[in-house]
Amino acid sequence: MTDTTARLSVTKEPVRNTPAPAPAPRRARVRRHLTPWIFLIAPLALLITFTYAPIVNMIAYSFTDWDGVSPELHYTGVENYTELFTRSELFEVFFVSGYYLVASAIQIVAALYFATILSFDVRFRNFFKGVLFFPYLINGVAIGFVFLYFFQDGGTLDSVLALFGYHSDHAWLGTPFSANSSLAAVSIWRYLGLNFVLFLGAIQSIPGELYEAAELDGANRWQQFRHIIAPGIRPVLTLTVILSVSGSLSAFEIPYIMTGGATGTETFVIQTVKLAFQFNKTGLASAAALVLLLIILLVTWLQRRLVPDDKVDLV
Amino acid sequence: MNRRHILALAVGSALLAVGCTGTGGTSKGAAAEAPDDPAKVTGTIKVLTVRTDLVQDGTMDEYAAEFNKIYPKVKVKFEALTNYEAEVKIRMNTENYGDVLMIPGVIKKSDYPKFFASLGTVAERGEKYRFTDYTAVDGKVYGQTADGVMPGFLYNKRVWQEAGVTDWPTTPDEFLADLKAIKSRTDAIPYYTNFAAGWPLTSWTFVNGTVHCDPRATTKIAEGNPWAAGADLRVGDTLLYDIVHEGLAEKDPTTSNWEASKGQLAKGQIATQWLGTWAIIQFRDAAKKAGADPDDIGFMPFPAQTGGTFCATVGPDYNQAVNVHSKHKAAARAWLDWFTEKSGYADDNLAISPLKDAPMPTVLKPYEEQGVKLIELDDSKGAEVKAIDTESEVGINTPDYRQELVDLARGAKKGSLDDYLKSLGQKWTETQKNMGS
Repeated sequence: MTDTTARLSVTKEPVRNTPAPAPAPRRARVRRHLTPWIFLIAPLALLITFTYAPIVNMIAYSFTDWDGVSPELHYTGVENYTELFTRSELFEVFFVSGYYLVASAIQIVAALYFATILSFDVRFRNFFKGVLFFPYLINGVAIGFVFLYFFQDGGTLDSVLALFGYHSDHAWLGTPFSANSSLAAVSIWRYLGLNFVLFLGAIQSIPGELYEAAELDGANRWQQFRHIIAPGIRPVLTLTVILSVSGSLSAFEIPYIMTGGATGTETFVIQTVKLAFQFNKTGLASAAALVLLLIILLVTWLQRRLVPDDKVDLV
Repeated sequence: MNRRHILALAVGSALLAVGCTGTGGTSKGAAAEAPDDPAKVTGTIKVLTVRTDLVQDGTMDEYAAEFNKIYPKVKVKFEALTNYEAEVKIRMNTENYGDVLMIPGVIKKSDYPKFFASLGTVAERGEKYRFTDYTAVDGKVYGQTADGVMPGFLYNKRVWQEAGVTDWPTTPDEFLADLKAIKSRTDAIPYYTNFAAGWPLTSWTFVNGTVHCDPRATTKIAEGNPWAAGADLRVGDTLLYDIVHEGLAEKDPTTSNWEASKGQLAKGQIATQWLGTWAIIQFRDAAKKAGADPDDIGFMPFPAQTGGTFCATVGPDYNQAVNVHSKHKAAARAWLDWFTEKSGYADDNLAISPLKDAPMPTVLKPYEEQGVKLIELDDSKGAEVKAIDTESEVGINTPDYRQELVDLARGAKKGSLDDYLKSLGQKWTETQKNMGS
């Protein structure tokens, strides 16, 4: 945000100054320097109040033994962090993220597939775009409840399977493997639309002449994808992978609403919420939340290191 | 702003934030005295409650109208919270958490004087009311329940009779045999865990005290291992494990549905659930809605006898308290007293009255006939049990540990019951030692 405004004021300056080469009066200069900040007051106030202040508070709590409500809290130093890192079982829940990682891979491939197909001339393509994006617009809590009925014994999934002659007697949320796979499938359903829209936007920004030229050269659809689309959308692809990995590490909504973390579906965030609100260890939970934040920052940094964000040059 | 500045700002505000947290202790120790003259009490008070149903259907307003006949100048407003514990907890970081509220479980007993106004001494309130020691700190009482509750099995009498069971089972083994009879002779699900909702599983903690008829059961938990051989919680948890392990519970617990389960029990699709007296009225209403006979809903004690008689523990439901920061403490106290004594709330909910001299509700007639002994647990060590529980993260009042128990029993999680209960006991006793030292 700061960047664009700063740039704007810089570009304006020479334009204004050209007719009068003499330096502007002092008051005008002050005002010019103040103007961008006046515009920034509202967004900065919101950003600080709702993003940075809570984080700062959380960091502060992570060094205390606060229970979330008592007026008394004691500074305990790094005790929470020592406890966190000496209790390996607190990190075991990251295995559950593996299910969501696999789901993200499937999700990206599927989104890429649909985005490619729908960027060409297909019948009813706007309708299909809508269908694919729609789940992302629904509230996550509603999705959780809908899918609870979907997976119920004799629920939607079972009756649909029965239509095809398959009478399953499977408790979809019954075992850790099945439950986690089902939940990950729900999250594919939910976030596919977002990835799809990102990819579609990127694909459509590729100039149309390139396809025409490729077709004249006799390139088939796969070759067009391989040599035009894939390199053309690389920045968006990298971004999506980063978002997916951090999303998998911090999966929360869907498993929390659907199973509450029972039957081995507990993720790191659910565990943190339970520490804070079931066992009233707000201090420890804040430390855990901060550790998760650091892990995600680290993973993102690693990814940026491994896949640098090169300039795309198709022509 | 470069990175160093941001860091400096962060550290600076962090220190500030720690200093600012909390409500301070200015009003600590204030008392809410009962007003002498009803006509002189004035003010608008806000009452926080969990009974969303009663606020929505206007029952609470009817209570308020009755209250206004005696206290004409007090205006009572209600606010019902669906997720009471979580929402009130956050609100209690400010001074605005209603004038009358129910004490959330998270508040440490020793902090009661900082949040609530005292209602009087244990000695004077103990003469008239039950359960005073549950909210007593240093001889003063800070909360008062409007209804007493008792844990027990809600069951469908018709289904149990169809299975050929007429007498209440007296041992866990007999109970299991009866459930098996229900499974083989009727279409009903013998026992419903309500695994998905989670909280109904926490009622199994209230087995405590009923197995050995010991009023000092809570103290025993505070000082010993709750899962030692023969201990109350072990007996209860083993029964739950066996029920699920023998296939006597619903087929897919993970998608069970609490709201639907009420009607299913009323109609006889479910035979039994371990809950408490508070649930009877809800299940009867569900029976009326489902077109079934409300009188089919029965209530029975835990299958264990001491000296040939059943035992049942009576305890308080949520305790109401007056906000220590309230500007209308007299009005708040007036409402609290009136609601406890004169509103008829306990009767309306088929619950046990908090007044010592009140008769037992009619639904508990079978209890009187069978000579079930009612005991009140001594809660003087209740705060310690809570402290050990949260510190050790065992969670006897959270669903997680019994959900794991059910997962073990149905084979979704590997391991044996013995090992599981042993590990719980170890966590518990180690925390006990650490906290004692």
